[in-house]
Amino acid sequence: MPDYQTHDFDVVVIGAGGAGLRAAVEAKERGLRTALVCKSLLGKAHTVMAEGGAAAAMGNVWPEDNWQVHFRDTMRGGKLLNNWRMAQVHAQEAPDRIYELERWGALFDRTDDGRILQRDFGGHRYARLAHVGDRTGLELIRTLQQRAVSLDVEVFMECKVLRLLKDAEGRVSGALGYWRATGDYVTFNAKAVILATGSVGKAWLYTSNSWESTGDGHAMALWAGADLIDMEFIQFHPTGMVWPLSVRGVLVTEGVRGDGGVLRNSEGRRFMFDYIPAMFAAETADTEEEADRWYDDHIDNRRPPELLPRDEVARSINTEVKAGRGGPHGGVYLDIASRRTADYIRRRLPSMYHQFMELAGVDITVEPMEVGPTCHYIMGGVRVDADTEATTVPGLFAAGEVAAGLHGANRLGGNSLSDLLVFGRRAGMAASDFAEGRTGTPSPLVSEVERAIAEAEAPFDRQDGDNPYQVHQDLQRTMQELVGIIRTESELVQALDELDKLDERARRVSVPGGRAYNPGWNLATDLPAMLTVSRLAAKGALERRESRGGQTRDDYPKADAELGKVNFVQRLGAGGAFTITPAPIAAMPAELQKLLEEEPS
Amino acid sequence: MAEVTMRVWRGDPGGGAFTDYTMPAVEGEVVLDVIHRIQAGPAPDLACRWNCKAGRCGSCSAEINGIPRLMCMTRMDSLPPEEPVLVAPMRTFPVIRDLVTDVSFNFEVAKRIPAFTPEPAGPDGTHRMMQVDIERGQEFRKCIECFMCQDVCHVIRDHEENKRAFAGPRFFIRLMELEAHPLDTLDRRQLIHRDMGIGYCNITKCCTEVCPELIHITDNGIIPLKERVVDSSYDPVARLGRRILRRRAPAPADDVAVKSAGN
Ligand SMILES: Cc1cc2nc3c(=O)[nH]c(=O)nc-3n(C[C@H](O)[C@H](O)[C@H](O)COP(=O)(O)OP(=O)(O)OC[C@H]3O[C@@H](n4cnc5c(N)ncnc54)[C@H](O)[C@@H]3O)c2cc1C
Ligand code: SF4
Ligand code: SF4
Ligand code: FES
Repeated sequence: MPDYQTHDFDVVVIGAGGAGLRAAVEAKERGLRTALVCKSLLGKAHTVMAEGGAAAAMGNVWPEDNWQVHFRDTMRGGKLLNNWRMAQVHAQEAPDRIYELERWGALFDRTDDGRILQRDFGGHRYARLAHVGDRTGLELIRTLQQRAVSLDVEVFMECKVLRLLKDAEGRVSGALGYWRATGDYVTFNAKAVILATGSVGKAWLYTSNSWESTGDGHAMALWAGADLIDMEFIQFHPTGMVWPLSVRGVLVTEGVRGDGGVLRNSEGRRFMFDYIPAMFAAETADTEEEADRWYDDHIDNRRPPELLPRDEVARSINTEVKAGRGGPHGGVYLDIASRRTADYIRRRLPSMYHQFMELAGVDITVEPMEVGPTCHYIMGGVRVDADTEATTVPGLFAAGEVAAGLHGANRLGGNSLSDLLVFGRRAGMAASDFAEGRTGTPSPLVSEVERAIAEAEAPFDRQDGDNPYQVHQDLQRTMQELVGIIRTESELVQALDELDKLDERARRVSVPGGRAYNPGWNLATDLPAMLTVSRLAAKGALERRESRGGQTRDDYPKADAELGKVNFVQRLGAGGAFTITPAPIAAMPAELQKLLEEEPS
Repeated sequence: MAEVTMRVWRGDPGGGAFTDYTMPAVEGEVVLDVIHRIQAGPAPDLACRWNCKAGRCGSCSAEINGIPRLMCMTRMDSLPPEEPVLVAPMRTFPVIRDLVTDVSFNFEVAKRIPAFTPEPAGPDGTHRMMQVDIERGQEFRKCIECFMCQDVCHVIRDHEENKRAFAGPRFFIRLMELEAHPLDTLDRRQLIHRDMGIGYCNITKCCTEVCPELIHITDNGIIPLKERVVDSSYDPVARLGRRILRRRAPAPADDVAVKSAGN
């Protein structure tokens, strides 16, 4: 077996997106020996792509805004399946986390009186997203990266973690990984581990996600015995690019609609007026005139239906295209050109302008964009305690997209970036407490290291196995076709069947070359996680016999009140099979319940 | 069917050579798409970096037909069709494998830049800044750290020995960003002058030409930074006065102390 180096830390954070960086900063500020491990170079994590902004009820644009309204919007957007305590903490703490970024050097766009400007986004009652043009993620990641560097957090870049390691008592006590540059293995001994590994989007064909989003953290948590919940809730963002094919799925920010863009079908109709659900009818404009007035006057007008929560908009686009009212490439039209001046568009949406100009040859100040749904975000993930982000396995914490609870069945745009900050910090605090309270030196079991290394090495020993790229593409096609935006029992059953076969094939892949910076091998080591999260998603989708948020079942088109009271918990049972069980959602305190019932004034 | 030939540099620190891959042409593709198809087909171990495939992360820098560019934003139909497309790693950094280089130099320089150090918040616990006062800073913060400006700069391209003394254009704009920040209180001019080696730059503007974010690295960054360093190293009082004027408010007393303490 190959040799490996070992490093000792108090807290090891896996993932250097917004959540991981914020967690590492917290642990380091507390004086703990802190490591930050990531698959890419520092500053390149998926978070860097976030565009529209971070939601926080600072009330800088609309003084009427406050945490209570933000809480209400988040819960309603999540179809009330959210962990209400997380939604409360998030709404209460998000403003402080934004101001903190400013103290660390972030330069958010300003209001006329010099405060942080906030923009409108779907499902948010007031303009609430702190932003920097349409490159908010870059600002967030660079600010946190610079903070982490100034605190001297030890960073292990281009280092992929394969497994969490436990000690004899079942506490998570470290992790095993390899350096991508050399392929050499490395282990970390840690008193506490924080998972902040982001998304799973790369299991689908059309996705806005970066290559890193292979669900490693979800799978590693499951393998370590942790509970996962809500894995069926996957957000398809309504507006991804559809043409050229090579960029299909690349995100078109909701900011386009927040800043005045509207959706039209091939007949030129603003079709979203035809799809206003009862739950949002009271707060959605029903004429174009009212919708257009809303941009300047949120008090006396209701919001345009283009800004309904994402699940509603994505489904409506899907229906329009299926009904034959789509564009030439299977999308619908997103038009801001006819509604705002070229100057305004270039100033507010510079990256969108650039992206369409360069990649599609479309000038968005002159022509509409053609867009369609793209796999974007997973609401489900590792089950955590709302206040501490502790998972169900001692020593393991999770924050950011890999964790579940805050967003319920559907996430509101902008709520992820603030999620990363609020819960990244809390995970950092709680993991630090845990590490400080833990006695003895962490001593992970070596047998687990040996087994995982043997598994990782296997593709080199086989000849003529399947090509990992081929297996990946077939997986993506399976998930896209069978566990996509609209689901049905027969297809989900078929998907699970296909996943069994793909599992088999993944066990037989072979790769040429050595271990040093070998993407074929790297992908081979990503496959087990992608297959695991795909299975969790398909199983959850099959089990939840209703439509709610990011789960739309053709065969159960309505929400089921009983299912609205449970999360589906998945874990690894004895013998390696996955088990799935409903778990009741804790009752909400009366004072929060009241916030939900209040009609918007 | 139409075809494209990619002439890709393959090798490691021990050496390497260009290898030709001929692939079917596909409408609308960028260079990175073809590299991905090569990986999925003839060369699964072809090493390259990428993350976002949308020009946002700055991972996929390479020298395409000799010019540093992002592979994910370079459309195949923008390159001469009848010739092979040359794809090579950035030359200023040591090769790890194929198109992947060791860019750790940049992360080391970043560590030597003293962090943003703001003045105290206002009475409501927050800071006020006017949009016009942060526009320059925002321009520099568009930087995606693709390091192509570093790659093209002749001071360190083919001059490994200068890397110790020269931070490079990416970090000059970082320093100018801090200098121009309405709330920052630190004085980094000595550092810029002595340790970051701004004097080595002779304003060839090659860095500005390759920046995918269209940041005016030289005109808005390096030139003003040079001016500040020059007039400052000799007259700290004048500089303080200028900062106060710009902020339209007197700097608090402890702010002054920090400044005169220098670095
Ligand atoms: C195009 C786009 C635009 C978006 N816009 C917005 C927006 O405007 N507002 C908003 O709120 N949200 C937005 N989102 C969602 C949001 O950006 C993400 O949900 C969020 O950034 C996830 O952050 P994270 O910290 O959880 O993980 P990520 O940023 O995904 O980071 C994951 C980290 O984990 C590391 N990692 C993963 N696996 C391993 C492993 N095995 N070993 C070691 N390291 C590993 C990766 O290297 C990476 O560093 C957007 C998403 C996309 C794709
Ligand atoms: S202008 Fe200066 S920093 Fe830029 S490339 Fe030329 S010498 Fe280098
Ligand atoms: S300044 Fe421009 S060229 Fe230089 S690293 Fe930043 S984005 Fe790249
Ligand atoms: S892959 Fe992110 S810039 Fe090219």
